[in-house]
This record gives sequence, C-alpha cells and structure tokens, in this order.
Amino acid sequence: MSALPGATDVPTPMGHGPMLRKEDARFVRGRGRFVDDVRLPGMLHGAILRSPHAHARILSVDVSAAESHPKVRAVITGETLAGRGLAWMPTLSHDVAAVLATDKVRYQGQEVVFVVAEDRYAARDALSLIEVEYEPLPPVIDARRALDPDAPVIRDDLDGRADNHVFDWESGDAAATDAVFASAERVSTCDLLYPRVHPAPLETCGIVADLDRITGKLTVHATTQAPHTHRMLYALIAGIPEHKIRIIAPDIGGGFGNKVGMYPGYLCSVVGSVLTGAPVKWTEDRSENLMSSSFARDYHMHGEIAATKDGRILGLRVRVLADHGAFNGTAQPSKFPAGFFHVFTGSYDVKAAHCRVTGVYTNKAPGGVAYACSFRITEASYLVERMVDVLSHDLGLDPAAVRMANLLRPEQFPYACATGWEYDSGDYPRTLTLALEMAGYDELRREQAERRAAYEATGRGSLMGIGISFFTEAVGAGPRRTMDILGLGMADGAELRVHPTGTAVLRVSCMSQGQGHETTFAQIVGEELGISPDDVELVQGDTDQTPFGLGTYGSRSTPVSGAAAVMVARKVRERARIVAAAMLEVAPEDLEWHKGRWQVAGDPAAGRTIAQIALAAHSDLDLPDGVEGHLDATCVYNPPNLTFPFGAYICVVDVDPGTGQATVRRFVAVDDCGVRINPMIVEGQVHGGLADGVGMALMELMAFDDDGNHLGASFMDYLLPTSMECPSWELGETVTPSPHHPIGAKGVGESATVGSPAAVVNAVLDAIGVRHADMPLTPAQVWRAVQGRPIRPDLAIR
Amino acid sequence: MQVPAHFEYQRATSVDHAIALLTRYGAEARVVAGGHSLIPMMKLRLAQPEMLIDINDLHELGGIRVEGGELRIGAMARHSELLGSAVAGEHYPMLHDAERVIADPVVRNRGTIGGSVCQADPSEDLSGAFTALRATAVIRGAEGVRSVPMRAFFTGPYQTVVGPAEILAELRIPVRPGGGSAYVKVDRRAGDWAVAAAAAALWLEPGPGPGTITDVGLGLTAVGAAGFTAVAAEEFLRGRPATEETFAEAGRIAAEHCRPVADQRGPADYKRHLAGELTVRTLRRAAARARARGQEA
Repeated sequence: MSALPGATDVPTPMGHGPMLRKEDARFVRGRGRFVDDVRLPGMLHGAILRSPHAHARILSVDVSAAESHPKVRAVITGETLAGRGLAWMPTLSHDVAAVLATDKVRYQGQEVVFVVAEDRYAARDALSLIEVEYEPLPPVIDARRALDPDAPVIRDDLDGRADNHVFDWESGDAAATDAVFASAERVSTCDLLYPRVHPAPLETCGIVADLDRITGKLTVHATTQAPHTHRMLYALIAGIPEHKIRIIAPDIGGGFGNKVGMYPGYLCSVVGSVLTGAPVKWTEDRSENLMSSSFARDYHMHGEIAATKDGRILGLRVRVLADHGAFNGTAQPSKFPAGFFHVFTGSYDVKAAHCRVTGVYTNKAPGGVAYACSFRITEASYLVERMVDVLSHDLGLDPAAVRMANLLRPEQFPYACATGWEYDSGDYPRTLTLALEMAGYDELRREQAERRAAYEATGRGSLMGIGISFFTEAVGAGPRRTMDILGLGMADGAELRVHPTGTAVLRVSCMSQGQGHETTFAQIVGEELGISPDDVELVQGDTDQTPFGLGTYGSRSTPVSGAAAVMVARKVRERARIVAAAMLEVAPEDLEWHKGRWQVAGDPAAGRTIAQIALAAHSDLDLPDGVEGHLDATCVYNPPNLTFPFGAYICVVDVDPGTGQATVRRFVAVDDCGVRINPMIVEGQVHGGLADGVGMALMELMAFDDDGNHLGASFMDYLLPTSMECPSWELGETVTPSPHHPIGAKGVGESATVGSPAAVVNAVLDAIGVRHADMPLTPAQVWRAVQGRPIRPDLAIR
Repeated sequence: MQVPAHFEYQRATSVDHAIALLTRYGAEARVVAGGHSLIPMMKLRLAQPEMLIDINDLHELGGIRVEGGELRIGAMARHSELLGSAVAGEHYPMLHDAERVIADPVVRNRGTIGGSVCQADPSEDLSGAFTALRATAVIRGAEGVRSVPMRAFFTGPYQTVVGPAEILAELRIPVRPGGGSAYVKVDRRAGDWAVAAAAAALWLEPGPGPGTITDVGLGLTAVGAAGFTAVAAEEFLRGRPATEETFAEAGRIAAEHCRPVADQRGPADYKRHLAGELTVRTLRRAAARARARGQEA
C-alpha cells in the first residue's frame, strides 16, 4: 500500500488496527473491473422492453419488425420463455414472479420483451420496433386501498386468488400487551409511514451470461452480493446442473441489498446466450434500476406506546401494512416474512410488546428488503425511536431523559426481549452518556431556547432542533436452526491456505460491494496468525474458487464469514503448533502462542514463526502420524446467535421556518459494534450510513401517481444526498465485545442507516415543535407540517 | 446504459457556418453547446435530432465583458465563467448568487449561459435572473442580427423566440449605478432544480431613511409567473420607500399573480407562499446591497 500517496502515514498493522484499504489502490486509479468492463469475444447485448402501464392485460406482442432488424440476433418474449417453462421464476419469499410478462403487466417498468443484438444501440433501436397491445386495467397504487373489497385483483395468475393479501404475521404476546395497555397511565399513538426508497447503487445491475455449448458450462459474470445463492437459483430455475454453473462477481459498485435477488434481465441474458450460442451482456440503465429493481421499506405503521405518566415505557403495540409490490420478492430468512421487524422494542426494557404485519400486493415493483436495512430493522428502529419522541412530546419530557430512564441496563444482558430475541451484550447508558457529552446536549438545549425566543420576538431567523436516536441492531444471520433462505441454512464456509513462504490466501463465500473485505479479512487472518495483512490475499465472488455461503447482506460478513475466517485461521494455527513441535522436537502442549510465533514455554529463544513453520510443513520434515503436512484448513461457521450492535446518535438541525428548509448542522454518532478490526473502515461505513439517513429523512422518495406512474425514475427526481447536505460527522465509540463471536466483533455495515433517519427526523420535528410528519422532510413537507397539513409522501403531490 | 438513437454530427467552424447548417437541416437539427440538457434527453430518447451541430469551437460566442455601457455575456460562456467573473459580480451580484446554486461544479464547468436560457425550462434559474435584470438577447440568423428584450424572449415552457435557423449570440444588461441585486432559491438538495426562486434588482434614491425605490426588476422561477416576472409587484414598488412593509406588500402581490403547479417539489400553496417569501427576501437583500454601494460611493 506504500504506492498510495499518504499511505506511509498509516503503516500496516500486524492484524487489527487502522489501515488503508488494499482495494483502493485500484479503485482510485479507475482500475476496478466491474461487470460492464467484461468484454468477451463475440459478445452480444441485451435490452428490455418494459411496460408503460402499472396494470394492463397484454392483448398481443408483435416482434416481427424487431426480428428483421439486421443486427438483431434474438427476440425473447414471455411466450418464448413459457415454451421452456421459464416465464415465471420462484422468488426468495415463496412466491413466483414473472420473468417476461405473458398475461398481464403488473407494474410500470415490468419486463415484457428481451432483445439480443450485436451492439447496445441496435438492441435499444429494436425495442422501438416492437408493438405491444395493452388493455389498461385499474391499478392498486395506495396500499391502504389494496384490501378493499372492490380492489382490482393483481395476482389472478395464482389459483383461487380473489384479493391482494400476501400474508399476516405476528410476534409477541398480544394478550399480555393488551393488559399492559389497559392499565397504563398514558398511551401515545401515531401513524408513521416509512416510504418506499431505493438502494440506488451507483453501479446498476448487470450480467454477462456465457453458455458454452460444447462443455455445457454456464459462466455468469454478474453484480451479485450472493454468488452461491445465485448459482443454486440458476440451477433450480433454468435446470442447469449446479456443477456446470460458475458465478463470478467482479468488483461491485455498491449493493445495499439491491443485488441480492434474481432479476428477469439475468435470466433473459442466460436464455439469450443459450439461443445464440454467444455471450450476452445486459446492463441496466439508471431508470430501469430505479423503476424495476428491488426497492426498500414501504411500511405503513400504526404505533402505540404505553407508559407511566413520568415516562417509564411499559409496552409497545404495532400494526403494519407492508406494501410488497406485485410479487412477493423480499429476500429474508424464510420464517420471517416481515424480516426482523420484531426487534421493534429497540433498546428499552419493555414488559410486553406485540406486532401484527399484513403484507399486500400493489401495482409496484417487487422487492422490499434492501437498502442496508438489516432485514427490516430500519423500519423497526425508526418506529420505536419516533414513538419515544412522540411520548416525550405528549408528556412534556426531555427525550434524552426518557431514553436514559428506559434503556436496558448492563446487568440485564444477555437480555430476552418481549418478542423473543436474546440481545447478547451492551452497556447502553454509557454509550448515550458519551454521545450527550460529545454533543454538549445541555448547551444545545440552551441555544435552542434562545433561538426560539428570538424567532418569536422578531418573526425572523431560524429555529434549531436536536434529535436523538438510540438503536439496537440484530445482524449476522444467522443460526441455521432458525434461519434459512429458500431452505439454505445461513452458515458460511472459509478456506485458508498458507503457502510455503508464509503468505496466505483466504477464500470466503461473502462478496464485497465496497465494504473493504480484501482489507478486513486479511487483517482478521493477520491477527490470528501474526502475519502482515499485506501477505494475505482474499478470494471472493467466484463460486468455482470459494466455499459455499449465503453472501453479503444484513451486515453478516464480519459476524458470519469473518467468524469463519477467524476459526479457519485458528485451525491453521493449531496445525502450525504440531508442525512447530516436530521442528523443535517438543510436545505441542509445551508450546505457547506469541503472536506470529509458537515458542517453548519458559524458553523464548526456542520458537518458530508462521513462515518458518509453513516452509517446514511443505518440506521433508518428519510429522507425527495422522498429520498430513501442508498448512491449510477449511471450516463452516454456524453462528450461535445474532450479534447486536448498537449506538447513540444525536442530530442538530437548523430549520428556516419561512421556507421549510432543514440543514443538518451537526451529527454525533457513537457506535458500539464490538471489537473494531479496522477502525478506518468502520468509520467509513458509518459515514456512508449517516449520509443514507440524511437522504432518507430529507429527500429520498419513490412516489406514484394515480395511474401508477413512477415519480422518481431518474436522479433528477430521486434525490440522493450530496456532500453539501452532510456535516462533518462527529464519531465516537464504545466497545462491548460480542460474547459469542470469536473475536467479539458485531458488524457495522448497516448500523448508521438503521439508526440515523430517526435522529434527523426527530431533530427537524423538534425544531418546529410538531409531533409527527412523515419522511422525507422536504422543504414543502416541513412548511406544511408547521401548518398542521402534512403531505402524504407516497402519492403524487396535488 | 442509456444510448441515444442514431444521429449525424457536425462541428461548426463559425456562427455563419452553424446558421448555414441549421438552415440546411431545418427542424431536425439541434445545436449542442454544453449538452447538459440535450444529451440526457437524447439518451432517454425524448429528443431524437437527426443532426447535431456542435458550436463548442465558436469562441466568438464566448466571453464576459463590459462594453458600451452594457454587461455582455456571450452565449457560450460557461456557468463557471459567469460565477468567476469579477465584472459580472461587481455590477450584478445576483448573477453570482444564482450561479452558486445552479447544479454542481461539474455541470457549471460545461453548461453554457446561452444553452440554459434557450432551454427555457420553467425552473431555470438564469431565466428569472435575466428577466429581473431586463437583459436583451442578441440573436443571429441568416437575415442578420436582431435584439429581443428578455421579457419577450420566452414564448412558453421550453419555447423561445429563437427561430429554427437562428442562434442566441449574447445577452446584454445595461450597467446602471445606484442599484443592488440578489437571487434566492429554495431547493430540496444542492444542485436540484428550484422549488421556487426569486430575483430582484432595485435602484434607490438615497434618503435620510431607507431610500426610495426609483426602479426595480423582479424575476420569479418555477412558480408559474407570467414571463418569469411579477409586473404588478414591480409597479407597486416603484416610487415607494424601501421598507419592510413595502417589500411585504410586493411579496403579497407577487404571490397573488403567480400560477404555480403542484409537483413532487411541492404543492401549489407552498410554491405560492415561496413566491411571496422569496420576493421579500431578495428585495431585502438587494436593497441592503444598494445601500452598501451608496455608502462606498
């Protein structure tokens, strides 16, 4: 890494510690290799004709003119696929989704025809030669109307389906919760919408599918966060034997959950390669990504919180209406149709809690679990952190004091919450105290009062708000006894090989989308073996070269694959001990591990380094019976529990009441993610998540008009935050190691996205003195909220 | 990836050459300058010109200078040039106010003043600014040169008086002492189009008090104001003292006369409110600048 300017400021640690990211050497030089950089000989290009309607019956599809285009090599319709049994594919949530529409289109942007041509321009030109005749049908756009008796039935493809109901699911003890509410001194209720947002990775989804007609082997270069899961899905859907499928995920330009699922464009590209005998590339454009690929959130929540009159929280009760779009395509453990939403009691000691979630179909794109949400914990955390502020507002209490009074105490861990989770560890009051100190909370409140008084006296100036969020995450899915995706248990493999000269290669199943795995995982191995992370190479993203595992999402890489890396390195270390013992002609039990070296107890001069041991392990050294030589190992890690990172966030905003504009002035984030392998990477992850939170709280939104037209189908309409909206983040940390993770790490990838939206929203509403208004708090929404007429954000503004 | 439909391309070597090409290819030809509106529209296939005439070599259309008592801004001047122009900022700080909030540095390095004005987007910042400043558009065609006041330049959303075989060459703003100007915009995010924006240029006769408004120009962007301005508010302001009460009434009149349309940037009532609020704020700031100028002199 010394090639990077400034790199000498950050020496490579022998294991954990701050270190520049190994992968950045190529990224900052523009030498990353992404799917769209893959160019194979004879490669063709795909383009997709999409539905302009949200809901319409397909009367006819005429592709004859497109087929006559001189550069078109194949035109694939729903009928083409139906002939091969591929018109529909299973989703990750036990539903089916159309690959190419045959009967109806069910959302604007749905895939109808796939064209394969000699270049990208010709493929796109050919789309305009296709004639599709539609009979428009009334769409279901407002999720709150989806279960009306007269609502149009979207999924008439499913036998016996007469409504738009997907599932009902509940968690917690309803009767006990009702009893707590019945006897509570105060109950505060609030309706909250966590609107539909989009992961919007800067690299859109894409694939190069290459079926070799001679060997029958399918090689797929694709933007996938979960290569091994995809391999199995191709095997199941397309009927290609799994050993004849190789998935290669090259560098990925952001995933955030958007690249977990299987998209029609992928399967069509595979079929295109089957039909033409040539590799087929398909790269989504920005509008396609925003309109048709996996969205996030879209939870309409009715929250109730029961408390004593002095603010002691007793119970929580939640009803959720979940908009799942036209196909139930969420990606989450099978037993949890609402993900891990039932951690909605958050960080508080609550006697009883109950939630009931109803999923509905609407004429919108499928998806639902994406965008750094830790399987719906973003929604849950937003709910409880908003409800605590609503309660504080109603009781006239300080929201920091209410939180401090209700936080779980350190002695309560491990803590079994009312909905069945066992929180592994934490010292919440310490973390909140640190955040309050860093923010200078009391001084902020004084300034706020002065500013409000000045505003009320003059009618000019700006208001100031302070918002707090204390989140608890539940990541690292997960224990195989309770968690699977499509029947695949969520355990991860790892393979470690130390070469004769003492450098090593680690192979893992998870796949970085920008998280810095090449660095973090090298540091994990470096720490365990006492070698430099520069001497450890990571192999990821290629199913022919890596052990099985479920991929990178839900902040699971460090908790699961990271633990696998630790365990496999410790296996190698134990093997090294045996080899060292043979080298030193002592018993293995007589050796002590001193980072990087096995040495004889009581005789520090007698020892061997990992490099010396590696060479000996590959040599003619006489090894004990049953020890095969070489220095490598494999393992599968099955996590005993989830890990529970947490944090205290404080946001300070200035609001201009004359225009409704809110500006984030400060943001204090104290994260406890257990042991930090590379604090620089942790901070980078937190920075990104905080920016996400500002975006969702203030601007990001996918709304739809009455006809189901997508109103956020470009970056002119779907606003992502920029550096101009982000303050200089003020980060702090506490460290309570996870007791069950082999190095005490908890994962951090989604913490800030989970925790920050509520802090920003709480701050803006605190500034204007309004009890609740839904995200995004655009200038228009803030101005209308002040007047008690908030905008409903998921529909077109009238 | 979004890819445009087939088109031909020619690089103009002079304004006359560009006009000759436009004359030859007619309505199917489009001029490309910075390309920051046209190219995305072509990639989305909302625009499918058969011929693109590139005028980026036409340095005769560039430059920002004061000549003949006018601030002259070449149509090919980039946003970043206007933002960096000391002479523009000295005479009309409003132009710097506006340029600071137009898109982002990457767009400003490439996008042109003429291209922005000719695009005539109802949310375009400079349209309001030049309207407030009573700029004159200098337009060249095969028949020669003609000048059109900014207030007669826009004929509707995305429509101007520039003919199919004409090119906007320059914008000219008279330099007049004793004035101050300001531009204020509300957006949802840095670089976004305006939810609403207002521009004000006013000239004060110094007095013992706040001064008397001798002349004023107002511009309103993205609020459905006829001709990007507020004529009734301007008429009200002329001859009145530059006080908060006067500005408040002008804001009320401006808000009353606009016809905002609801979209995802905000509902109509909010945009109408902003029309008034931002008119007041720009007048306040423009007056403060005029007074500061008066004290310097």
